[in-house]
Amino acid sequence: MNPTTTNPTAPNADPPQTHQVHEFKYASPLLACRFDPKGENVFASAQDFSIQRWNLASGKVTPLVGHESWVWTLAFHPTTGTLYSGSYDGRVLFWDSAAEAPTPMRTLEAHQGWVRTVKVSPDGNLLATCGNDNLVRLWNTADGTHLNTLTGHANHVYNLAFHPTLARLVSGDLKGVVREWDLATGEELRQFDASPLWKYDAGFQADIGGVRSMAFSADGKHLACGGITEVSNAFAGIGTPTVVVIDYEKGEKVQQWLTEKKFRGTATGLFFLASGAAIGSTSGHDGGHLLFWKLDAPNEFFDLKTPEFLRDLDLHRDGLRVAASGHGGALRVWQMTAKA
Amino acid sequence: MKCDYACGSGEHTLERRRFLGTLAGAAGGAVLGLPHMVRAAMPELAADQKRILVVYLSGGLSQLESWDPKPKTDTGGPFRAIPTSVPGTHICELLPYTAKQMHHLSIVRSVNTKEDDHGKGHYCMTTGRRKEPAADYPHLGAVAAKLLAPADLPLPGHVHIASGGGGGSSSNAAFLGPKFASIMLGNGNPPQNTTRPDGLSEAADTQRNAFRLAANEHFAKRRRTADSDAFVSSFDQAKQLMERREVFDVTKEPAADLDRYGKHEFGRHCLLARRLLESGVSCVQVNHSNYDTHYENFDFHIEQLGEFDQAFATLVADLVDRGMWQSTLLVVMSEFGRTPRINPYFGRDHWGKAWSVLLGGCGIQPGAVIGKTNDNGTEVADREVDHGHLFHTYLKAVGVDPAQKFDAGGRPIPVADPAAEAITELLA
Repeated sequence: MNPTTTNPTAPNADPPQTHQVHEFKYASPLLACRFDPKGENVFASAQDFSIQRWNLASGKVTPLVGHESWVWTLAFHPTTGTLYSGSYDGRVLFWDSAAEAPTPMRTLEAHQGWVRTVKVSPDGNLLATCGNDNLVRLWNTADGTHLNTLTGHANHVYNLAFHPTLARLVSGDLKGVVREWDLATGEELRQFDASPLWKYDAGFQADIGGVRSMAFSADGKHLACGGITEVSNAFAGIGTPTVVVIDYEKGEKVQQWLTEKKFRGTATGLFFLASGAAIGSTSGHDGGHLLFWKLDAPNEFFDLKTPEFLRDLDLHRDGLRVAASGHGGALRVWQMTAKA
Repeated sequence: MKCDYACGSGEHTLERRRFLGTLAGAAGGAVLGLPHMVRAAMPELAADQKRILVVYLSGGLSQLESWDPKPKTDTGGPFRAIPTSVPGTHICELLPYTAKQMHHLSIVRSVNTKEDDHGKGHYCMTTGRRKEPAADYPHLGAVAAKLLAPADLPLPGHVHIASGGGGGSSSNAAFLGPKFASIMLGNGNPPQNTTRPDGLSEAADTQRNAFRLAANEHFAKRRRTADSDAFVSSFDQAKQLMERREVFDVTKEPAADLDRYGKHEFGRHCLLARRLLESGVSCVQVNHSNYDTHYENFDFHIEQLGEFDQAFATLVADLVDRGMWQSTLLVVMSEFGRTPRINPYFGRDHWGKAWSVLLGGCGIQPGAVIGKTNDNGTEVADREVDHGHLFHTYLKAVGVDPAQKFDAGGRPIPVADPAAEAITELLA
C-alpha cells in the first residue's frame, strides 16, 4: 500500500529494541492503516467496507462509514488532516479525520476499477491516485478538482511515491515498470526497472507480483519498491518478499533486499527510517514479519515475527513507532526503542 | 446385419460405428448402437443437429466473483453486484459483457458436489458420476460424439481447445472407445500431424496408400476383426481430417471477429469454438486457465474474468445471431467453486459445497435462476443439486434419454447415473 514520507529530523530508532505498545482489535480483517498527521490517532480500513479510527491515548474507536467496497489505500493531508481513502470501486472519499463522527465530505469517481494507491504531495497541494485502469491522476487536495491524467502504463498501476524535495512523482505497475513524471508538465521523464517484482506464471497463466510497496529515502536519493519475487507457485503465492532499491539519480538498481531465511510472502509495506535504514512488513505463508534492512547488505539485520499476517504498515511522525494492520483484525503499534 | 468378423461375433457392430445417430427418436432404455438406430448420411449440418459447448474454467471459478455475488457480507469480497438483462438477477461486476447476455442464460446457484479435489471434481462434473475404482465413465463430450454426431461427419465429434502446446487425443471416452475421446487442439492449433511431411511427395504418398489398401483388403478377406476395422477407420478419418484441416484454422475467420472476441488466447479459442460448432462438431470444450486462486483471488479474478467476459459474451451473442442457440447447449463449469471464507492471503480455497454453474441454449429455459445459497454463501439454502442432476439435465436438454444404456462389452450401462434426475424446472 502507501507509506508516508519519512521525517528526516526524527531521532534514530533502535530496531532490535522494537516492542509492541498498542493492540486494537476489530471484528473484521483489516486492510490499510495510517497514523494521522498529529500522530494522535491511527486509522485502519476493514473488509466490512468501514474505516476505524483508534485514539492512541484512550483507545476510543470511531467508525467512518461511507464506502461501498473495500478501502485499499489511505492518505492524509499533512496540515489540514483531511483523510483520503480509495476503494475497489474506483472511488476516493475525502473525510474530516478529526470530526467527532466523520462523514464523507467529497467523493471522486477517480478510476475505472480498483484504486490502488492515494498519496498526498509533501507540500499538501496535490493528491495523486492510481488504479486498475492503468492511469495515474492528479487532483487538487482542497476541492478535488481534476488536474491531470498521466498515461503510459500498460498494466494496473499499483503504487505511487512523491519525491521528497523535487516536483516528481513515480508510479509502479504490475510488471514492475516504474515511471517518473514531471509534476509541472505531466510528462514522463524516465523509466526504472523493478521487474524482479513480476512474473508471468505460464502454468497458472496469470501475472503475479507488482510494486506492492514504494518509498523514497528521506533525502530522495533512493527509491525502494517492494513486492514478491522468485515465485514458484502463483496459485498459492509461493515466493519470497523482496525490495528493489534504485539509485534515483542514476536510475539503476543498487540493491535488492531479501530475507536471510527466504521467507515466503510479499513485502506489503515499506519506508525508510531517518537513519537511512528501511523497514518493511511482510505477509505470506511464513506469517507476518517486520524486517529491517541497511543499504549495504542484501539481507535484513533484524527480523521481528508478528502475531498475524500484516496487510499494511505506517510510520509515526515521531519516527519511532510503526503501526501495522493485520488479517486477524488487530491493529498493532510497535515502539522501535528500548522499553521505558 | 451380416457379421463377417473372423470371430463371428455381432457385438462389434456397435463398436465399429464411428458416428451413430442421435437418440432423439430412440425408445427409452434401449441399448444403443442397434442397426435400426443408424441415421441416414448427413452431408451437411442439419438445422436441428444438437451440439454441446462446454466452457471449462480450470482450477475452480469463484461463484462469489461471478454468478452468485454476496456484496457487503463477511464473505463477499470487495466487488459489487451489477444488474443484468434479466430484471432482478445480478452477477458480479467483473462480468459486464456477460451481464448483457443473461436473458439467454440461466444460473444454477445451488450446486453441492461435496468434492474439493481437483481431479475428482473434474471427473464428477464432466462425467456426471463420482470416480469409482472399478469403473470409468465417458466425458460428456464423448457421449455427445457417440450420440449426437451424424454418421457421415468427417470431423472428430469431440474437440477440446486449451492452452499449451500439446495435441493428440485423450482417454476420456472410457468404454465408448478412443474414437469418441477428445481431440486436443493445443494452443488452438489444428490437430498434430495433419499435413503431409515435406520429405514425402504426393506421388509417393498415393503409392504408399494404394499399397496399404491392397494389404488391408487381402488381410480382411480372412482375418477381419473389430480392431482391424478400427485401424482402417483411423486412416479414413485422418484422411478426411487432413482434407478439412482449414476447419481448425481460426485465422480464416474475419479479422473483425478476432477483434470482437479479444486479441488474446481465450478470445481466439472462443472464435475457434464457434467455427467448429458451425462445422458440425458435436462437442467443443474450451478451457480457460486458471482460477485456482488460493492467493490474491481478487487480483486473479480481475485478470482472468477480464479475458473471459468479452470473449464469452461475444460467443453467446454470435451463437444466438447465427441461429445456433436453439441447437447448442452451453455449459460453463469448473471442478468446484471457491470458499466463501477469504484466507489471509486474500485467496479463496476449494469449495464443492455451495457453488454455481451457468447454462444456456438448447433445451434450457432462458433467464432462470435455479436454487440459492444462504446470505453469505456458505450453504445451499434451496434446491440442492449435484453433478448427477446436472448431467441428466445436459442430456435431456439435447434430447437424449439419460436412462438409455450403452453396451460396454455386453454390460448395459445407463448413460447417466440412475440415482440422479434432471433439473426439470430448468428445461425449456
